[in-house]
Amino acid sequence: MKPPILEMRRITKEFPGVKALDDVSFQVKKGEIHCLVGENGAGKSTLMKVLSGVYPHGEYAGEIVFEGEIQEFGSISDSEQAGIAIIYQELALIPDMAIFENIFLGHEIGNGFTINWNETVKRAGEMLEKVKLDVNPATKVKDLGVGKQQLVEIAKSLSRDVKLLILDEPTSALNEDDVENLFDLLRDIKDQGVTCVLITHKLKEVIEIADAVTVLRDGKTVCTLDAHEGEVSESVLIRHMVGREIEDIYPKRQHQIADEIVLEVNDWTAYDPNIGRTVFESVKFNLRKGEIVGFAGLMGSGRTELARSIFGNPDKYKTSGNVYIKGSKKNFRHPQESIAAGVAYVTEDRKKNGLILIQDVKQNITLANLKEIARRGVVDDNAEIKVATDYKDSLGIKTPSIEQKVENLSGGNQQKVSVAKWLYVQPEILILDEPTRGIDVGAKFEIYTIMNQLVEQGMSIIMVSSELPEILGMSDRVYIVSSGKITGEMPIEEATQENIMHMATLN
Amino acid sequence: MSFVKDIQKVLRQNIREYGMFIALFVIMAIFTITTKGIFISSRNISNLLNQTGYIAVLGVGMTLVIVIRHIDLSVGFLAGFLGAVAAIAMEFWGLPVYVVIPFALALGALAGSITAFLVAQMGIPAFVATLAGWLIYRGAILVVTEGTGTIIISSDAFNALGNGFIPDIPGLNFLPEVHKLTLLLGIITMILFVISEINSRRRKQAYNFEVLPMNVFTLKLVFASLVIAGITWVLSGYNGLSWTVVIVLIVVAIYHFVSTQTVLGRHIYAIGGNPEAAELSGVNVKKITYVVFSSMGMLSALSGMLFASRLQSATTTAGNLFELDAIAAAFVGGVSAAGGVGKVTGAIIGALVMMSLSSGMNLMGIGIAYQYMVRGAVLAAAVIFDVATRSTGK
Ligand SMILES: Nc1ncnc2c1ncn2[C@@H]1O[C@H](COP(=O)(O)OP(=O)(O)OP(=O)(O)O)[C@@H](O)[C@H]1O
Ligand SMILES: [Mg+2]
Repeated sequence: MKPPILEMRRITKEFPGVKALDDVSFQVKKGEIHCLVGENGAGKSTLMKVLSGVYPHGEYAGEIVFEGEIQEFGSISDSEQAGIAIIYQELALIPDMAIFENIFLGHEIGNGFTINWNETVKRAGEMLEKVKLDVNPATKVKDLGVGKQQLVEIAKSLSRDVKLLILDEPTSALNEDDVENLFDLLRDIKDQGVTCVLITHKLKEVIEIADAVTVLRDGKTVCTLDAHEGEVSESVLIRHMVGREIEDIYPKRQHQIADEIVLEVNDWTAYDPNIGRTVFESVKFNLRKGEIVGFAGLMGSGRTELARSIFGNPDKYKTSGNVYIKGSKKNFRHPQESIAAGVAYVTEDRKKNGLILIQDVKQNITLANLKEIARRGVVDDNAEIKVATDYKDSLGIKTPSIEQKVENLSGGNQQKVSVAKWLYVQPEILILDEPTRGIDVGAKFEIYTIMNQLVEQGMSIIMVSSELPEILGMSDRVYIVSSGKITGEMPIEEATQENIMHMATLN
Repeated sequence: MSFVKDIQKVLRQNIREYGMFIALFVIMAIFTITTKGIFISSRNISNLLNQTGYIAVLGVGMTLVIVIRHIDLSVGFLAGFLGAVAAIAMEFWGLPVYVVIPFALALGALAGSITAFLVAQMGIPAFVATLAGWLIYRGAILVVTEGTGTIIISSDAFNALGNGFIPDIPGLNFLPEVHKLTLLLGIITMILFVISEINSRRRKQAYNFEVLPMNVFTLKLVFASLVIAGITWVLSGYNGLSWTVVIVLIVVAIYHFVSTQTVLGRHIYAIGGNPEAAELSGVNVKKITYVVFSSMGMLSALSGMLFASRLQSATTTAGNLFELDAIAAAFVGGVSAAGGVGKVTGAIIGALVMMSLSSGMNLMGIGIAYQYMVRGAVLAAAVIFDVATRSTGK
């Protein structure tokens, strides 16, 4: 029996109107990989923020024992000092700086006044070796993919002599190869004696890597399971998380695909003048009424760019080719035009460009369709409240009030607000870019159910997703994109993980 | 004592909003003491409000400019320039006042849209574009006043904008020392304020939204009513409500309505909160940028005319440092340097703070050199306050 490295006892944390953590106890043994799971808003991130000093001692009740001593962290740097490092989903690297600068940012090597760059580069190289990242330490972070950036983050924390590494949803933006890489690395540093806490919504990963799992629900600890005693399976986890069984997470629908083609894209090429390269080339596809078409591929294959170029081209790509909506030629020049024509686009990154974080839930939901609740340019408050309340109820958005600022919602509930905004536009064509990123199983099921209802009512959906099970479970037809080209198209009956992966890696 | 606790809690949660009132109150109290009451006299307060007018209208426009994450440094000399143009139009071209005013406002809107063109279309940072404007308009004032120097304005109607007062109700003989119409308007305002606050609280409660606890709410109503009553009493004891104050109130009412109740207002704040998300939600960021800068230009024209009217002349130095006071007014009034947050009504309080400082220090006979330093320090303090309260405020 290994001794616990961390014990959080009876932690309670309240926000105005919300009890985010209610008497939570959490124990992590030295040297294990401990997964923390639970629905959106269960309190996972909050618990880790309490631990890492984001919410300083005094703002919560309960006590934290780390390495046998009671800790009262007053700030993040206190917990860092003690050997706790936290890596957030939104990476905290500076894109325009080199890797070695990033790794030692905040604890530069030198005499306290000038920096010893040679030593910095050398040590950075060693750290990169540790995380098995084979790139030049002088590479700028922005030139790395997300997966590699994540490794740089880990290298950064390892360089600080970390004892407990916390990763909050590290894999939601990674493709499968990168996830494998990351997990190999985690096992590696575990062998070196570093303890890990991993927050994730992907239960497969939990089964794969966890030594122990703690489930939170509604701010309370449900249980802690030991993976080596064989009691952990996806259905067990789901039951603990949701409180009920979910048999098939991809709900069935009645297929009512009409022959009518609502969207057709021909010979569509885009060149991005800002980075000076062609982002995709000669793309040709179509979408029929009542159909869900999946766009599979690896991160960075050009699917988001494709979606944005059709949705009013906000990045000002130079495009050639044609887009037809219901047979008439429409090359939109502004999102406004595509919204008016019944096309909506749920962005992949809700914080960066999906939501207005400092505004409240209702203002976010109505933003794209204010004219619906306005008379002669004046917004009708009562109508707005009604709309927002309806969506809050129908999508199950967990928030104390529709006047809560969106930045205070948990990740999954933010995603639901983002979806609600676009549903309220009542589009005919809905483009969903990674619609369930960072969303728990229960909420995923709800979003899939909503998608099914929408197509049954005659809406058509394009779903860009990097999660193959989701593509296979929800699409009627699949296009596979690789390096800016469509490398394959198949009806869902013919699609398998293997043949999609094969085409997704074609060049 | 739960009452005290409630008040503390409300204050802490809304510190951004109440901070400026507290600042204003403290400043006024200090000057009242140091000037042995002269500061709070009817005459001085009336003067103070008239002086505040031309900064307040700039502050209102500036608030929206800062909300959409830009800045406008050119407003001061643009105001001075357009004031001079208005004077020339009246004195040398012989145009009547009712033509000159809309003409100058239109010129202001045009000037603002040129800034917007540079910022939205050409992608030039607003700081640089409007710094260029600052120089250009400064030169322009010198050019138009080159031959004449100071231009004396002879139109009484125009000069009344900055110096005149609303007429009293004729035929009432009681309270001879008091301006009855002002008193009446003050009472009506007070009643409307109380009714609308109560209604809005009821509506919120019906939706189960968070409202102030009853006792704190009552206290707020009583306090606000006392302030309105006090201002009314002080003003009606002198010449009553001035035209400047009337104009400022109309401008604020319009801007408050637009920014809180309309689609346009929503779009402005959405851009401030997250320009990329707003654009992707179908908000036309360019168009809104044009609207906001044009409105700023128009308000600059108004400010310039109020100032010229107050001096009854257009001078070569008109507009000097107005932009500083306007920006300070916006920040004191609670606008956030990060964009997306700030009320136009706050700019009025902010303008009052800045002008009270000038007025009070003048009364105390403090030299202009120290006045600059104090005003600079207040601007810095307002932004520090903004940054420090950003996480706790709502
Ligand atoms: N700063 C805050 N102010 C108010 N409420 C908050 C704040 N931060 C979190 N909450 C609330 O606390 C609860 C727990 O949030 P938390 O972010 O910990 O959830 P989570 O388990 O990490 O969810 P997700 O899987 O969606 O990321 C949610 O109901 C959330 O709305
Ligand atoms: Mg979270």
